[in-house]
Amino acid sequence: MDSQLTLDQIAPGSRAEIISVAWDALAPDEAKRLRALGLDEGARVAVAHRGIFFGSDPMAIILGRTTIAIRRAHARAMQVKHP
Amino acid sequence: MSRVPVIALVGNPNAGKSALFNALTGARQKIANYPGVTVERKAGRAALPSGQPIELVDLPGSYSLDAASPDEEVTSQVVMGRFRGEAMPEVLVVVVDAANLEQHLVFAQELIALGRPTVVALNMVDLAERDGLVLDPAALSTALGVPVVPTVAVRKRGLDALLEEIEQAPQQDRTLRHEVAELSLPERRLAAHNMANGAILSETTAYRWHSRLDKVLLNPWAGPIILFALLFVMFQAVFAWADPFITLIEDAIESMIGFVQATMPDGIVQDFLTQGVLTGVGSVVVFLPQIIILFAFILVMEQSGYMARAAFLMDRLMAYVGLSGRSFIPLLSSFACAIPGIMATRAIADPKDRLTTILIAPLMTCSARLPVYAVIIGAFIPSRTVGPGIGLQGLVLFGLYLFGIVGAMAVALVLRRTVTKGAASGFIMEMPRYQVPPLRDLLIGLWQRAYIFLRRAGTIIFMATVILWVLLSFPKAEPGESQVEASIAGRIADGLNVVMEPIGFNHEISLALVPAMAAREVAVSALATTYAIDGDEDAQAAGLTGRLAADWSLPTALAFLAWFVFAPQCLSTIAVTRRETNGWKWPVVMLAYLFGLAYVFAGITYWGAVALGL
Ligand SMILES: Nc1nc2c(ncn2[C@@H]2O[C@H](COP(=O)(O)OP(=O)(O)O)[C@@H](O)[C@H]2O)c(=O)[nH]1
Ligand SMILES: [Mg+2]
Repeated sequence: MDSQLTLDQIAPGSRAEIISVAWDALAPDEAKRLRALGLDEGARVAVAHRGIFFGSDPMAIILGRTTIAIRRAHARAMQVKHP
Repeated sequence: MSRVPVIALVGNPNAGKSALFNALTGARQKIANYPGVTVERKAGRAALPSGQPIELVDLPGSYSLDAASPDEEVTSQVVMGRFRGEAMPEVLVVVVDAANLEQHLVFAQELIALGRPTVVALNMVDLAERDGLVLDPAALSTALGVPVVPTVAVRKRGLDALLEEIEQAPQQDRTLRHEVAELSLPERRLAAHNMANGAILSETTAYRWHSRLDKVLLNPWAGPIILFALLFVMFQAVFAWADPFITLIEDAIESMIGFVQATMPDGIVQDFLTQGVLTGVGSVVVFLPQIIILFAFILVMEQSGYMARAAFLMDRLMAYVGLSGRSFIPLLSSFACAIPGIMATRAIADPKDRLTTILIAPLMTCSARLPVYAVIIGAFIPSRTVGPGIGLQGLVLFGLYLFGIVGAMAVALVLRRTVTKGAASGFIMEMPRYQVPPLRDLLIGLWQRAYIFLRRAGTIIFMATVILWVLLSFPKAEPGESQVEASIAGRIADGLNVVMEPIGFNHEISLALVPAMAAREVAVSALATTYAIDGDEDAQAAGLTGRLAADWSLPTALAFLAWFVFAPQCLSTIAVTRRETNGWKWPVVMLAYLFGLAYVFAGITYWGAVALGL
């Protein structure tokens, strides 16, 4: 079941390692931007914050020393495993 | 060599390129657009230690030469010498954030691999130190094979050493560089990781306080409350803090009018100076304190790193109308002025998103409306409290702001389903580190905004007021006839009045609206000039608010307010929209829909108020 785990399911405060990204599910420019920011296979990340209200959108992801805001839809395209 | 060599500043967004550019060029900057694209070209002069003048170019921030936006496209074309009409940069200055090396070295490697003369500016070493990072520039230099100069752009530290290295760069020994041209992105990332670690001498976890601050400011419940409290304080401050300064300016203008009247012979020249120039332009200049306060809040929010958090918090709400948190920043700036707001939309990657934001930016209540709102509210809304600490006047003003915001959201919703239809855009944004804004930067930013405002007052508003005064003053009225009615302007207003009367506007309003096409504030100076020309001594003593309260009905005043919530009466906004959208189509759409809404809502307001017996 771990193979189905995506980044949007990770609770705030928890870590994860990205094992694959469904790039085709994302808009090409957004895919490029996410890759450029380092949200790519092998990245070790932590989910820091969720947005206001019930949609829990967007999410703030910590990667190394940077914090990056992304939408849940982006996180859903990223398959992760617990580190 | 006769041509001045071009030196390009290039690197990731937020590395401090612009700060470094400002520090190196000072006031000698030229800002234009790259031909054919709405990407800003910032160039400026500096001199090398030998005295050789250079042209510095501040390129748009980018993550890679494989561009993901028009801005990044320009950067990659320019550094590769492929941009038509741009000289290939003589030297590349790669700016990296010292506290974020692992990420910034990815693009840096790609740039170094181009084989051009290259210098790395290891910027923001002050922030790195603050966050417990001690770095070894020499080790980084060895690893990269190019000189590395530590800098603190905002304190002008390391600039001489940087210029020294730029001077030496054409003689660099390229064999020191490793063959990295064909590396893949994961390989580059791994190399960046290793180089960053190799350059870090010691590291403590002092940076954790950022995450502590984020825990509070981005908390799903506390975060929005803090943001709205901050915005509330901001709007309160605009009124509460500005008052003493406004009085000061008013007194100064008053005494200048007195001085002119006392020293000059009565006649046309004196009238021109007092009624036209001082009354007209003065009625606009008094709003300088409020504009400065508003911009001070916005600049502090931007430079402290909070603005990106605000965008994060607002993203969900903006998503409901088909926009993203990115649009929040330009829209907030538009509360001060739509022009910097519209220019700030360049940071929005999605073109449809950007266009929607540009089209709704004029609905944010800009500071030019403040004079109009303040005068009408002062004249018609009684100054009493409607609850503990809540004044009725402030409440009405708040209502007008809200009206604009709700209108903007509704328009965005409609636009996103019609003219700017397209896939919902995403939201990807790096959160900058928090820092106390450098006071000098803040003051420079404020000065630039104040200067733009005063220049507007001295040019557009001055001209509009003067032309209006001339049109109002001639031909001279027969005894017993009203000067305004007899004047050329009065005749023009008669024509317009046919259209405006059904929505409750009177002759003076029609008259004021024409010159106010140049800028909204002119409506106030135009009314002031009109009443100053026509008024007898008693009426002049009552001032503009007194005259309005006596002459206008309440429904008319309310309709006038509703008109200005929408009406796009600002030449500069139209001009900047044309420039930013590369043509006349969108400014025309903007004009049409905003005037349409203004007419409809002013009408509804007028007839509603009449029906209610106000
Ligand atoms: N403390 C500190 N702040 C800096 C330094 N350089 C830039 N900044 C700040 O970092 C932010 C981003 O800088 P900017 O020049 O706009 O980055 P750009 O995107 O590369 O042009 C601004 O708020 C600057 O004031 C520096 O050396 N030290
Ligand atoms: Mg910049």
